[in-house]
Amino acid sequence: MMDVLGMEFMRNALLAGLLASLACGVIGSLVVVNRQVFMAGGVAHTAYGGVGLAFYLGLPVLPCAVGFTVVAALIMAMASFGRAERSDSVVGILWAAGMAMGIILMDLTPGYNVDLMSYLFGSILAVPKSDILFMLVLDAFILSVVLFWYKDFLSLSFDMEFARSTGVPVRLLYALMQVLTAVTVIMVIQVAGLILVIALLTIPPMLAELFTKSLLKMMALATLASLVFCLAGLALSYHFDITSGASIIAMATAGYVVAWGLRRLWRRA
Amino acid sequence: MHPPDHSCPSCAGHDHPTIPEPRFRSGLISGRPVIELSGVSFAYDSREVLSDVNLTVSAGDFLAVIGPNGGGKTTLVKIILGLLAPGSGTVRVLGADPLAVRPAVGYVPQHALIQPSFPVTVRDVVLLGLRRGGGFFSTGRWPGYSAAEKQKALDTLDMVDMADLAGRRFDALSGGQKQRVLVARALISDPALLLFDEPTSNIDPQGKVCLFDLLSALSASITIVMVSHDLISASTRITSVAVVNTRLIQNRGRELTPTMLELIYGTHDASCPLDEYIKGMSSIFTAGGPRSHI
Repeated sequence: MMDVLGMEFMRNALLAGLLASLACGVIGSLVVVNRQVFMAGGVAHTAYGGVGLAFYLGLPVLPCAVGFTVVAALIMAMASFGRAERSDSVVGILWAAGMAMGIILMDLTPGYNVDLMSYLFGSILAVPKSDILFMLVLDAFILSVVLFWYKDFLSLSFDMEFARSTGVPVRLLYALMQVLTAVTVIMVIQVAGLILVIALLTIPPMLAELFTKSLLKMMALATLASLVFCLAGLALSYHFDITSGASIIAMATAGYVVAWGLRRLWRRA
Repeated sequence: MHPPDHSCPSCAGHDHPTIPEPRFRSGLISGRPVIELSGVSFAYDSREVLSDVNLTVSAGDFLAVIGPNGGGKTTLVKIILGLLAPGSGTVRVLGADPLAVRPAVGYVPQHALIQPSFPVTVRDVVLLGLRRGGGFFSTGRWPGYSAAEKQKALDTLDMVDMADLAGRRFDALSGGQKQRVLVARALISDPALLLFDEPTSNIDPQGKVCLFDLLSALSASITIVMVSHDLISASTRITSVAVVNTRLIQNRGRELTPTMLELIYGTHDASCPLDEYIKGMSSIFTAGGPRSHI
C-alpha cells in the first residue's frame, strides 16, 4: 500500500478519483432523479468537440473543453426545456455533431499524435497536478451552487410545475443544472473517459437511491459509493494491469448488482 | 369541523382531521372576488385554447370546472396561477396580479406530473410548499428547515390525517395518501385559495370519496377551484359549476344549463340539474350505453 502511495501518479489518481466522486455523487443524483441520463450522455459526447478544439488551437484541454461543453449544455437546455417530447432529438443531434467536430479537428491538427483512447476511456493514472487543482476549483463551484440552491433543486426535481407556482426560478435553475452536468462530465472524463462517464454519473446515485430518504443523503451516499468504486477499480487495474476506467465501471456495476440484490432480500425478510 | 364518517383505506384507523377555522382573509380580499377573469384569451402558437373567458369566484365558493380534454381547463388554472400570461384580457386574484399573491394561493397539480420514484419523505414534500422569496438568490435558510417550519409541516399533515406517515418515503404511499400529502403541501402556506388540477387521477374510488370529504371540509374555510373530469365524486360537495371548451360558461348554482351542455356535447333543449346529470352519467357508466340522452 505504501509502495503505491509513494508513486506520484498514484497519489494524483487517488485525488482525481476523490474529486470526481464528489462531483458524480452530487450532480449524478440530480441527473438520475430528473431522468436526464440521456442528456448527460449527450453532453459527455459533445465534450469531444471541445477536446478536439483545444488540440486544434493549442489550448489547455480541460478549460477549453469545459467552456465548449457548457455552451453545448446551455443549447440543449434551451432546446429541451418544456419540450420533453423533442429533447431526445436535440440531444441526439448535438451528441453526434460534437463527436464529429472533435474527430475532424483532431484530423486537422498539425502533427497530431494524442492518444485518442485516453479521452474515450479515461486515463486516471495520467492526471497531472495542474488538472487536480482545476478539478478542486470545479468541485468547490459545484458544491457551492448545489448547496445554495438545494431546496430549489429539490423542488424542481420533484415537481417542476408546483415549483414554478411557488416562485422557484425553474428555467434558470434547469439551465444551471445542465451547466453543472457539463462541468462534472469534463471532470469525470479524466477518470473514466467520455464513453464510460455516464456509468459513473448514474450507477452510484442509483445505488444510493435504494437506501436513502432524501436527496441530500442520496448525494452523500452516492459520493461515498463512487469513491469506493474508484478505489476498488484502481486496485483492480493495478493488480491485473487492465484499463483503469473500465475497471472502475466494472466495480461500480458489480457493486450496484450486489446492492440491488441485498435490498430485495432485505425487503422480503 | 370534521368530514363525514365513511370507510376509506387511507383514513382507516385514524380520527378524522380537524380543519382550522375559516380564513377567507377578508382583509386581503377587501370585498372583491377571489378570482376575476375578464375577456381572457390564450393561444398556444396559432391554436386558440381560451377565447373571451369571463369568470368570477367569490370567497367561500367550491367551483368545479368541467370540460373535454383539450378544452382549456389546465390552461385556465395556469393563468389563474400566473404561470401563463393571457394573450388578452385581465386576471385578478385576491384583488391583485396573480404573481403578487402567490403565497396566498395553494396549488395541487396533476398527480401524473410528480416524479414517481424520488428519495423524499412525506414531511419534506409538505415543506416544499413553503414559499420562497421572489429573487434568484432568495433561497431562504440552507440546507434544512427551522424547527418551527418542521412543526408546521407536521401540523399540516395532521390536518389531512397523514402525520403518522411523516417519516415514510413518499413513493411508498398509496395514490389516495399521496394526494392528501400534496393537499398538505398546498395548505402549509395558509392559502386563501386552493386550485386543484384533476385531483382524482390515479386514485381508487374509495380514495376519491375520502379526498372529497377532505375538500368538503376545507371548503368551509378556503375558496376552492377544481378542474376535474370526476363530477360524480365531487357532485355533492361543490357549490357552483363552470364549463370550459375554449369559451367558458359559469353558473352560480349547481345546474348545468342548456348552453353549458351545448358547449360540451352540442345542441340541448332543456337544462339539467347537476345531480340529474351525475345520475345520468352514472347510469351510462353502469349500462355502458350512449351519452346522447342527457
